[in-house]
Amino acid sequence: MTRLERNDRLIRLGLLMIAFSAVSILIVITLFIFSEGTPIMFKYGLRQFLLGLNWYPTEKSFGLLPMIVGSLFVTSGALLVGVPTGLACAVVLTQFASKRVARILKPVIELLAGIPSVVYGFIGIVVIVPFIRENLGGPGLSVLAASLVLGVMILPTVISISIDAFQALPPTYREGSIALGATVWQTTRMVLIPAARSGLIAAIILGMGRAIGETMAVIMIAGNAAAIPGSPLAPVRTLTSNIALEMGYASGEHREALFATGVILFVIIMVLNTLANWTSSRRRRGF
Amino acid sequence: MGLSPRLEQKAAQVVLWTFTLATVFILLFIVIFILRKGLPMLSLEFLSSNPEDMGRAGGIFSTIVGTLALTLMAVLIAAPLGVGTAIFLTEYTWEGRLTRIIRFGAECLAGIPSILFGLFGFILFVTKLKLGWSILSGGLTLSFMILPTIIRTSEEAIRSVPASYREVSASLGSTKWQMVTRVVLPSAMPGIATGIILSIGRSISETAAVIFTAGSALRIPTSIFSSSRTMAVHFYILAREGISMPHAYGTAAVLVVTILMINIVSYYLMNKFIRRYS
Repeated sequence: MTRLERNDRLIRLGLLMIAFSAVSILIVITLFIFSEGTPIMFKYGLRQFLLGLNWYPTEKSFGLLPMIVGSLFVTSGALLVGVPTGLACAVVLTQFASKRVARILKPVIELLAGIPSVVYGFIGIVVIVPFIRENLGGPGLSVLAASLVLGVMILPTVISISIDAFQALPPTYREGSIALGATVWQTTRMVLIPAARSGLIAAIILGMGRAIGETMAVIMIAGNAAAIPGSPLAPVRTLTSNIALEMGYASGEHREALFATGVILFVIIMVLNTLANWTSSRRRRGF
Repeated sequence: MGLSPRLEQKAAQVVLWTFTLATVFILLFIVIFILRKGLPMLSLEFLSSNPEDMGRAGGIFSTIVGTLALTLMAVLIAAPLGVGTAIFLTEYTWEGRLTRIIRFGAECLAGIPSILFGLFGFILFVTKLKLGWSILSGGLTLSFMILPTIIRTSEEAIRSVPASYREVSASLGSTKWQMVTRVVLPSAMPGIATGIILSIGRSISETAAVIFTAGSALRIPTSIFSSSRTMAVHFYILAREGISMPHAYGTAAVLVVTILMINIVSYYLMNKFIRRYS
């Protein structure tokens, strides 16, 4: 073995170790969050954490149900806003717009992903919250406000993954359908959307993950009351806000309970990621 | 289904374009709204003087320094790891279980919400390793967050280098490493740079992960162990605690202008890169 060959082997080994950095980081994060968060969950019982209605962490009452339901409401609202809009944009950019127009619109829409979440939250405070308060009633800081802002924030995720899903289809699908005399919309509705279905579902799932995980924007506009909201105009606290709001001053079991919140959030996100990964790998096998 | 196909096509066109234009409108609204209220605040003095009275007066200089330091730290850690991973995935192995595990790990990491990175960074770096709220803790945490982006974009960039480049290099008797460093990486550089620039944007925008790891001190950081407040965190605190709306708008305008420039540069680089190989 020459010196050069030996060097190349060493380099491969070094790169192999580097390549495991992402996996190792993932494992370390998982271990840390679980080791900090699970002991208290077992100490007071999973039931209290998952189904308890009262969050008084300094009095040993750790019910996270209002936050779990809160995250669920806000995320569903965001999907109601973001999914139709995002899919419409993806269809327009891949099927309806001319190449030149699409080339201008796409980077503009991608810019939405770059805007900091605190800026979205701020726009929520100064524009959307007062609007809701004056026109629909309630405090303004609400499920509705959070859903609207999150709906816009998940757009880049939904749009870019849906575009990928459409572009991954063989061009013959579209050409064949058009050649049979179908309109572009008929082609989209009857051929392309069914064929790209698993990719589109992955786009929705990942958008959902984005909405559940968002923190700063939600804290600024959701009102953060730790109770199950009775209407879309009521304030709401999500799992992420629960962590961020109290992390600054929590200690002892209170802090552990915040890590327990992190564990629940982590599990939800991992389930969504695995689902998205699974649907899109099914798509890859499809072609 | 009373509609004729042609009418249905027209109706769909109108509805879908309305959604698309609404999206573009929202984006323009956000950018213009922030710039209109914020740009009047901007001056050389605003950028070059330190915040006073918790941010009610003065400028944002120390938060600009904090943002730069934290971003630089994150990129210095994540770029070698990310590009190294991409080189391994594309040049030093074949598709199989190993690459699937590595890619799945990166994808999962990309999906983790930033608040969980903040929680993790706080417990590991700030508390357990006793690094305190510091640029080091914040930079490490951010580097973990941007790693998946750098891996993915670098991998795409390296893959789009034509196979013929590699064949020519090999036929000249180069080793694999010579081929990678002298042929593949230079050709893929604009694509890799795009990924790094996008992660810089991500670092500048981040709040949740940074506020618990780098803290929110308003002083100019003097070492990597100083706590430091970034522009995004400063903006968040100003807006949420209602300290000063004009200063909040001013800070937001600087953030938005920075993000706009970053997007324009990365878009330009990407286009140049794509044009070269297609």
